[in-house]
Amino acid sequence: MSDEIFEYAPAPESRSVVSLRPSYQPYIGGELVPATSGESLTSVNPADEEPLAEVAVSGEEDVDRAVAAARRAFDTTWSAMPGAERGKYLFRIARILQERARELAVLETLDNGKPIRETRDLDLPLAAAHFFYHAGWADKLPHAGLGPDPRPIGVAAQVIPWNFPLLMLAWKVAPALATGNTVVLKPAETTPLTAMVFAEICQEAELPPGVVNIVPGAGPTGHTLVSHAGVDKVAFTGSTEVGRQIAATVAGTHKRLTLELGGKGANIVYDDAAIDQAVEGVVAGVFRNQGHVCCAGSRLLVQESVAEEFLPRLRERIERLRLGDPLDKNTDVGAINSAAQLGRIRDLAATGTAEGAEAWSPACELPERGHWFPPTVFTGVSQAHRIAREEIFGPVLSVLTFRTPDEAVAKANNTPYGLSAGVWTEKGARMLWTAERLRAGVVWSNTFNKLDPASPFGGYKESGYGREGGRHGLEAYLG
Amino acid sequence: MAEAEPRGRAKEARDAGAARLAVRRTAKLYVGGAFPRSESGRSYPVTSAKGQHLANAAAASRKDARDAVVAARAAFGGWSGRTGYNRGQILYRIAEMMEGRHAQFVAEVVDADGVARNKAAALVSAAIDRWVYYAGWADKFSQVIGGSNAVSGPYLNLSSPEPTGVVAVIAPPQAPLFGLVSVVAPVIATGNTAVVVASERAPLPAVTLAEVLATSDLPGGVANILTGRLSEIAPHLATHADVNALDLAGAGDLAAGLEKDAAATLKRVLRPDPAGTDWTADPGLTRITPFLELKTVWHPVGV
Repeated sequence: MSDEIFEYAPAPESRSVVSLRPSYQPYIGGELVPATSGESLTSVNPADEEPLAEVAVSGEEDVDRAVAAARRAFDTTWSAMPGAERGKYLFRIARILQERARELAVLETLDNGKPIRETRDLDLPLAAAHFFYHAGWADKLPHAGLGPDPRPIGVAAQVIPWNFPLLMLAWKVAPALATGNTVVLKPAETTPLTAMVFAEICQEAELPPGVVNIVPGAGPTGHTLVSHAGVDKVAFTGSTEVGRQIAATVAGTHKRLTLELGGKGANIVYDDAAIDQAVEGVVAGVFRNQGHVCCAGSRLLVQESVAEEFLPRLRERIERLRLGDPLDKNTDVGAINSAAQLGRIRDLAATGTAEGAEAWSPACELPERGHWFPPTVFTGVSQAHRIAREEIFGPVLSVLTFRTPDEAVAKANNTPYGLSAGVWTEKGARMLWTAERLRAGVVWSNTFNKLDPASPFGGYKESGYGREGGRHGLEAYLG
Repeated sequence: MAEAEPRGRAKEARDAGAARLAVRRTAKLYVGGAFPRSESGRSYPVTSAKGQHLANAAAASRKDARDAVVAARAAFGGWSGRTGYNRGQILYRIAEMMEGRHAQFVAEVVDADGVARNKAAALVSAAIDRWVYYAGWADKFSQVIGGSNAVSGPYLNLSSPEPTGVVAVIAPPQAPLFGLVSVVAPVIATGNTAVVVASERAPLPAVTLAEVLATSDLPGGVANILTGRLSEIAPHLATHADVNALDLAGAGDLAAGLEKDAAATLKRVLRPDPAGTDWTADPGLTRITPFLELKTVWHPVGV
């Protein structure tokens, strides 16, 4: 088949729309101010390992100043401002995100390694939508069903991951601001650049100084921030392991906490599923964003009676995926975000083979420079295998089979995680029966990986607690 | 061994002219619908607010706590799978059974708290009414909390709350009956199952409540009640990997440590209110939502 497919000509997006500065500083009290730590990190393009910019590492003093600025802004302007006015600032930000969408999409692709097709069509529209959605809540909070007089909590410490740098920023910042809280945000160590542009957007929107503060850095900066005594609320998205540490850190304090952590989502394909749609959904579920998705459908549970029909069609579809230059508009699978993450994916994939599962990847050439891992499917996987239990956070799918709906549910739920799941069946009653029994915060039926600002998102069990998005997401920011 | 001088209410009974020796109750645990002694074979003396010996209560061990979690987990599927209407009926039945034992509860609250009889009677009535209150929530919370979400695309998108699982509840020691009911009822009304550590100082109302639960159509294992040393039992529940949530209402000085223990398994934790809880206030959903998860289901719309 594949020899009948002609090669695509390269269709790269121009990077001229992005003007990178050589170095970036923390954004504190409305100003970009030199970090006192004197340290910096280099943000690297994972697709070619070229350095993009130096970004200052925020030390204890910087975090102190940021928290103080956020407190001042909370006390003097933001919490007392009429909701309608707060909302207008959020509308402004949403509009600027749309106006600068192309620049931000290219920058996100450069910094993260994800395909421009995704940053352009998913990350940016959704980030803007989150500000639009929450802007409208700002003057309607008494109608949110959280009591007649909901109050903001205070200063929110927010720590976000590298897989959706700008979208996660929007998920965190928009609800915090809409509800009258002020923010100190730490972007991820490997993907701080769009957050630094967001600082400029706050200035452009004339957001009062101190309402949003951004302190780039790595783990130690995050720890300093979430353990800071001046913080009232901690919101973290990232690994379950770090989530545990944060939960222990805030134990016994007054700080409110929400956590969006890891997942090991199961995609259940019943024998009556629409096969082509299910194949599309399974592929999008685990290979979008290189599998760097906490809600990825990284386990495929296919009914035994259709497995022999389903798996060849799945492989055929995967062979059509184009891996390579993330700035190319035809690219489906981009670069792995960092050398460290590539190492983790390789190690876990190696255990799959070592434990007896069979690995398959399409014949695709990996670029010589940069961090790359081909889409990989493991068959012959048992529930005891590490690749069926541990979050890989890469383009790796583990295939298991089942015979009965009860077995499908039992296998899907056999994990300490509980973030997402998928169900593919044409029978409504079977879909509802299955969805009811899955212990997961988001269940996609006959679709996968759909996100929307109006839809609450979050996990059961060790996938964390609290919800983001929708009316329910406001609860985390109101006392 | 010589017969000891009768104490507490047994003494009252004899002083009142009863010609027979009172039959004392051995206070036991309530686990999986049964009333076992502590596996450890231990008990501890319980005294009234005035210092009189009332009874010996079972001192639950780590093994008892683990057994209670196993029972609660086993009961979870069936209990959470019942309709809200049915759970409401059963909670109301608990209120009915408590009403029948009103006088016994009043006597026990008088002993436990040293309060006047009419005050104790008011507390018992309030505890019964609280079961009725939560009986009414059982089939309504999901309408209030859940709903459809207007996503921008051709999808049906529904959010509905679900019970989080097994909840370990540290009952408030200062309100051994009303506080106990106030923390247990909301947890089980929504389909969770509970492992409850009763007031260490005054466990007897909890023991009597267990007898009520056992005769109220509540399936065995839905509510399990442990008596004993809080500092000994609670850490095992906080670290137990099969406990999903922790209500620290009565944890006092232990609260911070237990919350830290709970972090290892990312349990949902309801902290004690630093200002203290007014158990008489309308609780609304405040003790319901912390023990719920929200599930959002997407489905395409099309022909």
